[in-house]
Amino acid sequence: MPVDKKATQATITLTVNGKLHTFSVGESPHEVPPSHTLAQTLREKLGLTGTKISCDHGACGCCTVIMDGKAVLSCMLLTVECNGKEITTIEGLGDPVTGQLDPLQQSFIDHTAFQCGFCTPGIIMSAKALLNENPSPTENDVKEALAGNFCRCISHYHVLEAVMATVKKGGK
Amino acid sequence: MKKYRFIGQSTPRKDALDIVTGRTKFINDLYIPNMLYGKILRSLLPHALIKSIDTSEAMRLPGVKAVLTYKDVPDWKGGAIPFHVRVLDSKVRYVGDAVALVAAETEDIGEEALRLIKVEYEPLPAVYDVEEAMKPDAPQLYEQFPGNVLPQGVPAFGSHALQEVIIGDVEKGRKEADIIVEGTFAYENIPNPLPPEPPGVIASWEGPDTLTVWSASQGPHMIKVALQRRLGSINLHSLGSPVGASYGSKYMSWQYVLPAAALAKATGRPVKLCYGKPEHQAAFTLRLGSRIHGQVGMKKNGEVTFLSGEWLVNTGAFSETSQAMVAVGCGEVQLMLRCPNWRLKPKIVCTNRTASGQVRGFGGQELKCAFLPLLTMAMEKAGIDPVDFFKKNYVKPGDGYYWRDGNWWVYRGVDYSKAIERGAEVFGWKDKWKGWLKPTSINGARRRGVGVGVHGNADVGEDISEAYVRLDPNGTAIIHSGLAEHGTGQVSNICKMVAEILQLPLERVFVTPNDSRVNPFEMGPVGSRGTYAIGSAVIAAAEDAKKQLLEMAAPKFKVKGEDLETENAMIFVKDKPEVKLPWIKAIGNDQTVTGRGRFVPDFSLPNFMMIFTEVEVDTETGKVELIRVVAATDVGQIIDPPGITNQLNGCLGSAGIDSAIYEETIFDSRLGLILNPNMIDYKWRTFSELPEMEHVILETPFPSHSFHAVGVGEIATAPGPSAVLMAVSNALGVRIHDYPLTPDKILSVLGKTANKRG
Repeated sequence: MPVDKKATQATITLTVNGKLHTFSVGESPHEVPPSHTLAQTLREKLGLTGTKISCDHGACGCCTVIMDGKAVLSCMLLTVECNGKEITTIEGLGDPVTGQLDPLQQSFIDHTAFQCGFCTPGIIMSAKALLNENPSPTENDVKEALAGNFCRCISHYHVLEAVMATVKKGGK
Repeated sequence: MKKYRFIGQSTPRKDALDIVTGRTKFINDLYIPNMLYGKILRSLLPHALIKSIDTSEAMRLPGVKAVLTYKDVPDWKGGAIPFHVRVLDSKVRYVGDAVALVAAETEDIGEEALRLIKVEYEPLPAVYDVEEAMKPDAPQLYEQFPGNVLPQGVPAFGSHALQEVIIGDVEKGRKEADIIVEGTFAYENIPNPLPPEPPGVIASWEGPDTLTVWSASQGPHMIKVALQRRLGSINLHSLGSPVGASYGSKYMSWQYVLPAAALAKATGRPVKLCYGKPEHQAAFTLRLGSRIHGQVGMKKNGEVTFLSGEWLVNTGAFSETSQAMVAVGCGEVQLMLRCPNWRLKPKIVCTNRTASGQVRGFGGQELKCAFLPLLTMAMEKAGIDPVDFFKKNYVKPGDGYYWRDGNWWVYRGVDYSKAIERGAEVFGWKDKWKGWLKPTSINGARRRGVGVGVHGNADVGEDISEAYVRLDPNGTAIIHSGLAEHGTGQVSNICKMVAEILQLPLERVFVTPNDSRVNPFEMGPVGSRGTYAIGSAVIAAAEDAKKQLLEMAAPKFKVKGEDLETENAMIFVKDKPEVKLPWIKAIGNDQTVTGRGRFVPDFSLPNFMMIFTEVEVDTETGKVELIRVVAATDVGQIIDPPGITNQLNGCLGSAGIDSAIYEETIFDSRLGLILNPNMIDYKWRTFSELPEMEHVILETPFPSHSFHAVGVGEIATAPGPSAVLMAVSNALGVRIHDYPLTPDKILSVLGKTANKRG
């Protein structure tokens, strides 16, 4: 069978936290395997371990990142499906130059809106995607937007306070 | 009440910035150069002998560095004492038991290698029910435990560790009773504490007798102690990372550390072994199964005259810590009940399912959830309000109880009646309680009911803690303590304690990395012991350091150390604050000051939690909705306000209240298989289903340490499940006690379904 040169040399590009990355697809250590989920690529190839893998099948929201403005579950997307996409992870929030935190991150600190902190990056990313889309959500909107984020310590109540406080300040 | 600068003030967690920016490195975020990945082949049969294993094809897969079977692993044993769990055995005892270990260059290669291992089994009959397992003809899990009954006793708790509750004369109590109730009740839905981060470890050998372990244990120093006992005389170097929650479950981590250590030994390379979520849910710690056949005698005034019973504990395929949990459970049940006559006899039984182990509530939750339905039957017959009953019966100053060490301890803390009264007031108990099996309100098909539960634990003062506080002349304090941060904020809280004593800004107080070569002994934050036990050691170390510092500075001021005080890293003369020097000027920059602190066990200050619940039951759909929760406690002194509310809110999760509503590990007793080892089929509470939550946290000073506080976080889950049973029974007007109260059971008890759940 003739080898499809194009397929063996496929490359994908991702813009992650404002930086363009080009990967070739393949099984070698420096390549992204076609079986890689976006969560794996972010963690293993780019070292962005703020994106957590917990259930690894789209139930818990720990791996949530923002792709083209929407909150997505990075454990449920193959990296090869994300070609050309713009992705923001928890590491990409805030001002990259000054290091100033995103108001939502600051509010999570101010309200101790976490306990173990494992699910926190996913929760912040889901909340951020909501606020991007709807800067003045009601508490019920926030609850609905975060309904796919598992938190076993039960920090939900403080999370709601943190998000609503950000909303009240107009996202500042 | 004394107003402190840090204690009782809301301060940001020390690790907050790392958490909200994703910089926190949990175990699976760590990479050690040259590291391999470990995988475990797990049994699909509940009970079988391994007739043959062929690993040759797996070994030939490029990237596979080791495949180990029971024939080639070291003879290390885990489990509670007597050690009985081999790293790999020629026999499997539950679906999910380890059959072979693989180390490979990548996780994917490791998983592929598992599929290439060929195993031939000789199936054996299996047994799942705690009473079936004790029958003479039952399948036997271990030769050394005839009848599948494990020996009791916990060497670490001393030579006469508590194994049962035998007090007074039950026959006398029987004669004095106005009411005697009898029955069998159980809490056997084996819910999973289910921390988001699956268990994980990295193991690396440096030479033949030094093992370094990075783990997600909440007590990394205890990993060192536990592994040294199980691996023989080796140097164990234990490093802890932040814990992506544990709820107790990741404390005794030999289950996954031993396989990683075996693979690291076989390959001579570091090996990371992190469970996937299905593995976490099907082959890691569940709650104990708990069943009680019991009798309770009561007088009409709510005085309990006797309790007798057999407590049957299903520990699954092995005991992780079950003996210890039974000992603590036996202590905790006494705290709830001022009763002169007891005969409570536990039995710990092995069965062919995933092992149970340590979970928040530690034996007490499991015992109470099974026992409360029996006790409430007596309350109902006596016509006594449960809040009044618990107020009358919860341990009071001067009351005694046997604790886990088998010793009789006398409570010397505060009377919790005030917390109970205040909790009832905030909840509106008097208005909502309409009597036993009476709904609070009915609105068409929706019926509301209320219920209450109680729990307490004297382990707030368990075990030894050691700490050093080192003062650097530049005006910083470094705490050497071996506790891992697992979500309670305890690491930040010990910083607050030290900052308060030294009057240093919180930003100038640090904790050492969690490394057993750096820090002294620390049992770890379990059993709510962080505030009192760990806190006491740290406070003593800070006070010692402060005293030394002032004495070292005294010659410069030409006064005695006791005439000096320090604030914000300045030392000054107490009655002449204008005479002052920074630390560095007072003691120079060529020395440090190290204070030492130690806490020794004290079981005389049990904590307390009462949980009030209001539920609404839809009698058409059978759905139980949790409407409102009020948790009432007295903690002496709040250390961190947002921290404690977070911990109390935790009453819902980690196999707590919701284990009475929908949380269960569904076990197929034909195949011996867990049917819901994933986070879609295992039900958990989401953001859109939060009940109203309110807390009553009193601060009546405790005779504990300088800040008069005791911890309470661990017990938040325990009182809730039985409170929900009571609330639902009241809502429906009929007793129901089959955890969890899923719609099918509600409809069944209402006679609305023909089929019983099977």
